[in-house]
Amino acid sequence: MQQSAKIERQPGFLPRSDLQQLLDGIVQSGYQVLGPVVQDGAIQLKAISDATELVKGVSNVQEPGHYRLQQTAGERLFDWNHGPQGLKPLCFAPHEVLWVEQKDPLSFAARLPEVKPTAVLGVRACDLSALAIQDRHFLHAGGADPHYRQRREQLLLIGIDCAHSAASCFCASTGDGPSVNQGYDIGMSELDEGFLVWSGSDKGKAVLERVALTTPQTEQLEQMNSQSEQAAGEQQRKLSKPEELMRLYQRLEHAHWQQVADRCLGCGNCTAVCPTCFCYDTQHEVSLDGQSAQNVRQWDSCFSASHSSMGGFKVRGDILSRYRQWLTHKLAGWQEQQGRIGCTGCGRCITWCPVGIDLTKETDTILWEGSLDE
Amino acid sequence: MATDKPKLAVHKFSSCDGCQLALLNLGEPLLALPGLVDIVHFAEAGPNSPDETVDISLVEGSVSTPEDIERIQQVRQNSRLLVSIGACATSGGLQALANFADRHAWMASVYTDPENIQVLDSSDPISKHVKVDLQIQGCPVNSGQVIGVLRDLLSGVAPRPEVHSVCMECKRKGVICTMVTKGVPCMGPVTLAGCGALCPAAGRGCYGCYGPAEQLNDRSITDRFEQLGLDAQAVLRRFRFIANSAAGFKTASEGLRGDSDG
Repeated sequence: MQQSAKIERQPGFLPRSDLQQLLDGIVQSGYQVLGPVVQDGAIQLKAISDATELVKGVSNVQEPGHYRLQQTAGERLFDWNHGPQGLKPLCFAPHEVLWVEQKDPLSFAARLPEVKPTAVLGVRACDLSALAIQDRHFLHAGGADPHYRQRREQLLLIGIDCAHSAASCFCASTGDGPSVNQGYDIGMSELDEGFLVWSGSDKGKAVLERVALTTPQTEQLEQMNSQSEQAAGEQQRKLSKPEELMRLYQRLEHAHWQQVADRCLGCGNCTAVCPTCFCYDTQHEVSLDGQSAQNVRQWDSCFSASHSSMGGFKVRGDILSRYRQWLTHKLAGWQEQQGRIGCTGCGRCITWCPVGIDLTKETDTILWEGSLDE
Repeated sequence: MATDKPKLAVHKFSSCDGCQLALLNLGEPLLALPGLVDIVHFAEAGPNSPDETVDISLVEGSVSTPEDIERIQQVRQNSRLLVSIGACATSGGLQALANFADRHAWMASVYTDPENIQVLDSSDPISKHVKVDLQIQGCPVNSGQVIGVLRDLLSGVAPRPEVHSVCMECKRKGVICTMVTKGVPCMGPVTLAGCGALCPAAGRGCYGCYGPAEQLNDRSITDRFEQLGLDAQAVLRRFRFIANSAAGFKTASEGLRGDSDG
């Protein structure tokens, strides 16, 4: 699946009080709706049926190793940026049975997930870009992953522009946000008085035919654009350009890798929250009586000992080499393999790192401080 | 009754029996076990022939008395494979906390006739006294892991050790990080997975029951705990708890400023 071109916006206006109409339109089109709600102190995607269940008047503080929700004075539903996970768990399941086998008589059977058509409300630009990257990995021609595909095909994505950025966001510098520009079925931008809504695909268009949208005012369109500029302007972090990031390969012996390794816990949180990280491990779980077994896939991490294990030898035996592998692959190796960097600027690896290791800062130090090895 | 089935023994040393109970709590899978192995010794469950020669011994508990030393040597001699299970058997257990103190002074303060207590100067893992073929960490052990290991051994394949941190279990289960969202100090990043992220899933920080993760960066997590407001003594107690004498946690706590227990 190639990254689609930027979608032209033809927005209609939906008053705040009519948001339920949109939800009804989605449900009548046959989808269950996952929407943002507050649970355990974070924004999470949960099944909802009524617009009143959505998080309201909440923004987020996201800094290295730190995530908090805050009340805001307003009525807005999307003043936060994102929660602990993007779309990854919805398509690339954290833990799933791939196939099962019986010993007597010997038989094998694929175990494909049963997935309901699912609409996701409030998807951010960084996560749409990340999904496109995961699509390329899991759905590439000739080797599509049937489990991923089964889930992916059932998704209806309702993207929303970010009107603000968190301190850990840097999507403007990767070119992925803060406004949604591709990969969604319905696009939205939130204003004080309601929403600008437009379709991004035929599926989205069919849903919007059930919703009464009015022609927006010129000022509303201007506000949509200015919010986006404001969100981009708020970003405190940025990543160097892709061609500059390729120079990481010339910095493999930089002293700063050790300084990061001194702080890194090797826990794998960054890889688990990263919306593009795709590594997994499969294990064969045999029933105690030895008569049946299931092949289970679960998220792995390049920070785990088994990830680089070959013939009993750990190619990357310490935290330094594991962090270096993760960062150089994400920011340089992906360019060679996938035609773009593997980072969409969501900043989750910064927020959800227990010790606040900052991908943008560490990269800048390694790229721009000290002399080149070459 | 003589059978061709491999023989299994479950031995107990200095311990609370919790790992044996974890096995008994398995439920239905446990019913399949007698069909596969001849359980010759498992006192908590009934069979009580500790001196029989067996193919596999599961050993719970630490070595903390002179009698324990003799007995573990006998168990080793009688077992083709010896698997130590749980925090006590793999690292000395909670009772190894006394290794950091003057145990004789402690005993004198508790018991009227401490001279009647025959105890070694330290509580140690099974592996300190005899060769151990495999260790399964945890307090108590994850019985699913133990059964998985038994299955592998019966099939003649090498069991795959757990290698991830508790954090990976949290993330796979969608448990929200208590440290990042609430500032609650959590041992999860430096603790071996296996418990299913029990405490973080209940909104609490991990206590480190499963012992050190493969790559233990104790200095970094110590710094983080201090930033989150733990004083030196509180940081020390994070390491010096259930798995206090597991290699990584022991070294970590001995290097800390709060090391004034005893």
